[in-house]
Amino acid sequence: MDTAGLLPLVIAVPLLGAAVLVAGGRRLPRIVTDALGCAFAAAPAALALLVLARVAGGGAGPYAVEWVGGWHLAGGEGVGIVLVADPLGAGLAALVSVLVVAVLAYSWHYFEEPPRRHGGAFTALILLFQAGMCGFALTGDLFNAFVFFELMGVVAYALTGYRVEESRPLHGALSFGIVNSLGGYCMLLGITLLYARTGELGLAQIGRALDGRAPDGLVLAAFVLVATGLLVKAAAVPFHFWLPDAHAVAPTPVCMLLSGVMVELGVYGVARVYWTVFSGPGGVPHPDLTRALLVIGTLTALLGALMCWRQRHIKRLLAFSTVAHTGLFLTGVAVLSPEGVSGTALYVLGHAGVKAALFGCVGVLLDRYASVDEHELYGRAGELPVTGVLFTVGGLALSGLPPFGTGLGKALAEEAAGQAAGWLPALFVLVSAVTGGAVLRVALRVFAGAGRPPRAAEDGPETTGEAEPETGGRLRRVPVPMLAVPAALLAGALSVGVLPGVAATAERAGRLFTDARGYRAAVLDGRPVAAPAAVAQHWPTTGILLGLLSTALAAALAALAVWRPARTGATALTAPVRRLQSGHIGDYVAWLVVGMALLTALTATGLR
Amino acid sequence: MTVLPYLVAGWIFLVGVYGLVTSRNLIHAVGCLAVAQSSTYVLLLAVGYRRGGTAPVFSDVPPDRRVVDPVVQALALTDIVVGATVTALLLALVVQLRKRHGTVDPDALSDLKG
Amino acid sequence: MSPRGRLGLFLAGAAVVAALFTVACLGLPPFGGAHHPYGDRAVRAAVRHHTSNAIASVNFDQRALDTLGEETILFSAVLGAVVLLRQTADERRHTPAPAAVRPPIRRFGLLMLPVALAVGLYVVAHGQLSPGGGFQGGVVVATALHLLYIAADYRALERVRPLRPYEIGEAVGEAAYVITGLAAVLAGSAFLANVLPYGTFATLSSGGTVPLLNAAVGMEVACGVVVLLAQFLDQAVQIEGADGGGSDDDGPRGPGRRERA
Repeated sequence: MDTAGLLPLVIAVPLLGAAVLVAGGRRLPRIVTDALGCAFAAAPAALALLVLARVAGGGAGPYAVEWVGGWHLAGGEGVGIVLVADPLGAGLAALVSVLVVAVLAYSWHYFEEPPRRHGGAFTALILLFQAGMCGFALTGDLFNAFVFFELMGVVAYALTGYRVEESRPLHGALSFGIVNSLGGYCMLLGITLLYARTGELGLAQIGRALDGRAPDGLVLAAFVLVATGLLVKAAAVPFHFWLPDAHAVAPTPVCMLLSGVMVELGVYGVARVYWTVFSGPGGVPHPDLTRALLVIGTLTALLGALMCWRQRHIKRLLAFSTVAHTGLFLTGVAVLSPEGVSGTALYVLGHAGVKAALFGCVGVLLDRYASVDEHELYGRAGELPVTGVLFTVGGLALSGLPPFGTGLGKALAEEAAGQAAGWLPALFVLVSAVTGGAVLRVALRVFAGAGRPPRAAEDGPETTGEAEPETGGRLRRVPVPMLAVPAALLAGALSVGVLPGVAATAERAGRLFTDARGYRAAVLDGRPVAAPAAVAQHWPTTGILLGLLSTALAAALAALAVWRPARTGATALTAPVRRLQSGHIGDYVAWLVVGMALLTALTATGLR
Repeated sequence: MTVLPYLVAGWIFLVGVYGLVTSRNLIHAVGCLAVAQSSTYVLLLAVGYRRGGTAPVFSDVPPDRRVVDPVVQALALTDIVVGATVTALLLALVVQLRKRHGTVDPDALSDLKG
Repeated sequence: MSPRGRLGLFLAGAAVVAALFTVACLGLPPFGGAHHPYGDRAVRAAVRHHTSNAIASVNFDQRALDTLGEETILFSAVLGAVVLLRQTADERRHTPAPAAVRPPIRRFGLLMLPVALAVGLYVVAHGQLSPGGGFQGGVVVATALHLLYIAADYRALERVRPLRPYEIGEAVGEAAYVITGLAAVLAGSAFLANVLPYGTFATLSSGGTVPLLNAAVGMEVACGVVVLLAQFLDQAVQIEGADGGGSDDDGPRGPGRRERA
């Protein structure tokens, strides 16, 4: 079968698996549903990796273009939906699928699946989530992207509220659902505006049609509306409020997927839509987009890092670190260079492994101690040396330690960003140091019992971390998969930084991703695009030094926090910022509207 | 007024969002979300309208008859299914929240903060 | 944030958004205009594939992948509702008492049930010919069954609605759509390609795979909506909490102004 023909299968196989599990799950023993789930997730993972190997390896060309239903273009016009795999899209689909397999392995047998008469329901939902995310990564059609966006959303709301016995998951899932759905409807309004102007729904078709005339208010409004939907999914400030509330309460395996890939797909969506639709003369001018994404990305990174440092609920801490890193990803995309995209792609790849591994370690704590609270767990987890080592390594990798993939991605993205504005590398170092430092602080206190027992802050809102274990009861012994999967994920993140082939593929993926003309030619004209020659990627020397610097800073911050805790006066300064995260759905919706206004203000100067 | 139908869509959207922002009841908030969503139906159908066009169904009219745009109608159908399912799921969350928390007042949900 | 602050924030943002949207509307083609390139192409393609309902052709043929996603969204939401509205460990299930129904309502309900059922199935089967299709017809079929709840009582509904077959039916409907798509691949064409003979225009057998996909969706929607409604009805009728099901006085409520100043 040719490469393009494989693309629909990546979406169809998990759907089939979900249907099989729903129909037969009740009759089958747990081990069979688990095995079926893994098989139906692993098959598309293998397919996506095969597609990636083919489009990245040259040979058949860097784009695999599949017109679903055989509705090929005639004379440059068509009525069908196109799936397009370039190395970046195929790579994301592969990342999603591999992470889903890891998550299913992590929850193997031990994760309690409550609906007693619906065995396999959790696994089926994970497979549906996989199909939605892969579809979003591979589609070349804007409305189809909205459909997969909503599919991801619907599954994610249900998975977030999975633990209905407690009220927090329900609250978090509701905020998540309302804010994300509203974002989705904004996106659809934008799509409708673009359809009215161009009479097209395909990304390449809309882009080519827009370039026929100068941009006006309609194009700007369409961009703002579509970008709002995607930035909500990416949890960019001020659209981010739902994320910590949802991630703090979702089951651990779900957190691994939400933080590891779903949020990053929002960033991917912004970048993909910009390059294919709005990057030409009829779209949003490059300086305007750079300004908008730099402002939003910097705000996101700084606010995420600050809030991350202030958390004692460990899952919430990791969630805010995801917000912070999303800010860095947006910054890497904002500079609109191939190097920025490829660096960010590597960063996302490394981050997915590291963040999922960290969530996996926290899951062990939760299931053993029925708590994810840094203060309550102080000194208690010394009996879990393996988990402690994995968690510490995860913290070091998060702070950008070479030779982890996070370190390489950070080094390349900050180098690309530094060419746009000299102060941006400092932002990367600062945010990596603070988020990594927060994780290391937790490691020192929880696993090593270092310093004095922490005291609660008395000056502002705080979410504590008591919760029910997800294994049906407290674990006496840590099951092997719950340690093996985080270890494998960290090894994966390490290999991203060590294997030269990964970086070289990302470098080419970045150049192809930013070549809007090549994308349109491949999709609309069926013209084979010459694959750019692979360029070996090296660790930049400054990048290594900055990575070591941010790791050292992270360690220093953690040590300071543990052995020389700050006075309460200093923490009071952050209270107003923390009060914004109020848990109130009305607040979050109001901030979403403000975010749209901000996005308008930042891009409106391109209007003539 | 050839822009009025489009502006109505924008108005419906903002009214729905206003309801979400000021809502004192989560069931009402889910309803407001559905109102905001209905703006997308209005905009889609307004964009696809063609003066003098009939429904794009050719069982009893000749295929060269002037019809309104079938694509936006198909998109609106997808949109409606999305809206109905999201509403169902959010209401399921509210039902459970009411049981655990004893309230559907968003002001009373105070366990996720800071 | 105080309600006033929240409203102020919203109004400030909404003013900018309203201005932006107004500018965008002024740039849209005039309402009712003749410029619909995709629509015109879709109509031509529908006629070419002998599908007289052009919307069904867009949904189930030209953009069949969207509809697969759409069907899957419903499938996911039903599964999500099953998971979210499950009976938790601290909840009991009680059998609802038989309810007295006034005879006119009972007669009307029992009369309408077969009518509604037939209408629903008709709408599913004629999706390629006339307005309607799997989604619309499926909802009508599911609604028809629930007339029993109105005409008789919950126990009567439960007798015609053992949930397990409906759950399987829902999964089969979802799988049938995917398998129809994969069958086209096996036949040497693209995923979800319309590989069957197109039939005679404006007859029941026209449209190739469109009626098949319509039937798959109709089955999925009818069964899915039954399962979905059953979750909500169970919560309302059968399941009660250990403490009496979350009555009004077991938690913080009322005009809770709990913000910090």
